[in-house]
Amino acid sequence: MRDGPLRVGVDRRLCCGAGMCALLAPEVFDQCDEGFVVLLDPAPPAAAHAAVREAADQCPCSAITLHSAG
Amino acid sequence: MSQGLPVTFSTVREGYFNPPPATRSLRRTEPLTRMEFADGHLGWLVTGYSAARAVLADARFSARGELKHPPVPRAATLDEAPAAPPGMFIQHDDPEHQRYRKLLVGQFTVRRMRLLTEWIEKITAERLDEMERLGSPADLFEHFALPIPSLVICELLGVPYADRATFQHHTHVWSSFGESTEDVTAAFLELGAYLGGLVRLKRTEPADDIISGLITADPDLTDEELTSIAFLLLVAGHETTANQLALGTFALLEHPEQLAALRADPSLIEGAVEESLRFLSIVHHGPTRAALEDVEVEGTLIREGEVVMVSLAAANRDPERFPDPESFDVTRRAAGHLGFGHGIHQCLGQQLARIELRVGFTALLERFPQLRLACPPEEIRLRHDMQVYGVYALPVAW
Repeated sequence: MRDGPLRVGVDRRLCCGAGMCALLAPEVFDQCDEGFVVLLDPAPPAAAHAAVREAADQCPCSAITLHSAG
Repeated sequence: MSQGLPVTFSTVREGYFNPPPATRSLRRTEPLTRMEFADGHLGWLVTGYSAARAVLADARFSARGELKHPPVPRAATLDEAPAAPPGMFIQHDDPEHQRYRKLLVGQFTVRRMRLLTEWIEKITAERLDEMERLGSPADLFEHFALPIPSLVICELLGVPYADRATFQHHTHVWSSFGESTEDVTAAFLELGAYLGGLVRLKRTEPADDIISGLITADPDLTDEELTSIAFLLLVAGHETTANQLALGTFALLEHPEQLAALRADPSLIEGAVEESLRFLSIVHHGPTRAALEDVEVEGTLIREGEVVMVSLAAANRDPERFPDPESFDVTRRAAGHLGFGHGIHQCLGQQLARIELRVGFTALLERFPQLRLACPPEEIRLRHDMQVYGVYALPVAW
């Protein structure tokens, strides 16, 4: 499957701080000192897409949204 | 939809490692099934992976203890109680739940837990030294699996490890289905009284620990709230990981080809930890949720007030999600399993548990290249009658 540009969004109001995104895709997601999601890269490179999709799928609070751009 | 009689739930598993047989056969036919709870309530049993996620992620399903019904006969559990005291946040919905959880998630981030790795490795090495001092054979549960997470959570919370006999005993009684209501209630109250005393001590003599940190972070937290939070973190912090470490070791020893694969390539350990969480799914029953309104889940209508019990063990064996789900395969991609639950109540301490399991299994296999059971497997007593599955003891030789 061809993987075009991907735009990542996070909603910190939904975040429950489980840390799955920071575990699965640490180049794209981090946690602040209080434990909530920090988006490091809203337009990650193709090499990171699989991990980002996994993080979005596994987020227990559905706080990550993905948009295929372009 | 099933037109047959409602099922009842049993925590007795099939063999040593498989979910209860009824949940497995049900999942093949339908993701939700009518279930009769222990008090006669007619609710639902969820055995499908996607349905489990749908229920646990939906705010229309409440975690409030007073709305729920017990899946199996017993006096009390971590997940359901007559009424949730303030701070017992696994039984609150948002926004009450979020108020407590947001004070805690910063303590258990991926980054912060990784900083503990060396310290956990040291604790683990000391337990292995102790096993060697005792000599082969020894009980891996008592001397390795239970002390490691107990030492870790005690230090993090600020609970004296010297008091472990007290809190481990109360936790054990409170977690058992076989104890009387009086004994379970007494254990709950005594553990609460012990932790309440500790909270009051931290107010006057704060230290570098989570309880003291909570007192500073939110001066409005009452002693009752702090005691409930400490109760949840202490119990969930040692009982679960201890059982996962011991049962996971048992599973590896009973699957020698998987053990050999892990020994041959220690870099498989992170995947092996996830697979052990998926395959063993030690939480017997629950999470349970109560419908706050009529909700349709995968074509099935759940009526307001009906209680839904999710079988994480069954959902983690769903072939729609995990190919060849009945095989224990340390090389599989087990990520996405529901061993830590799903939704806003997903395990707070999961990143700590992952490191304890990774360090624990790795160090154990390194130290004892000839690790093996010291008794026939059928002699190992299984925790069918506790809230969390596992073994009562794991005699091993090396």
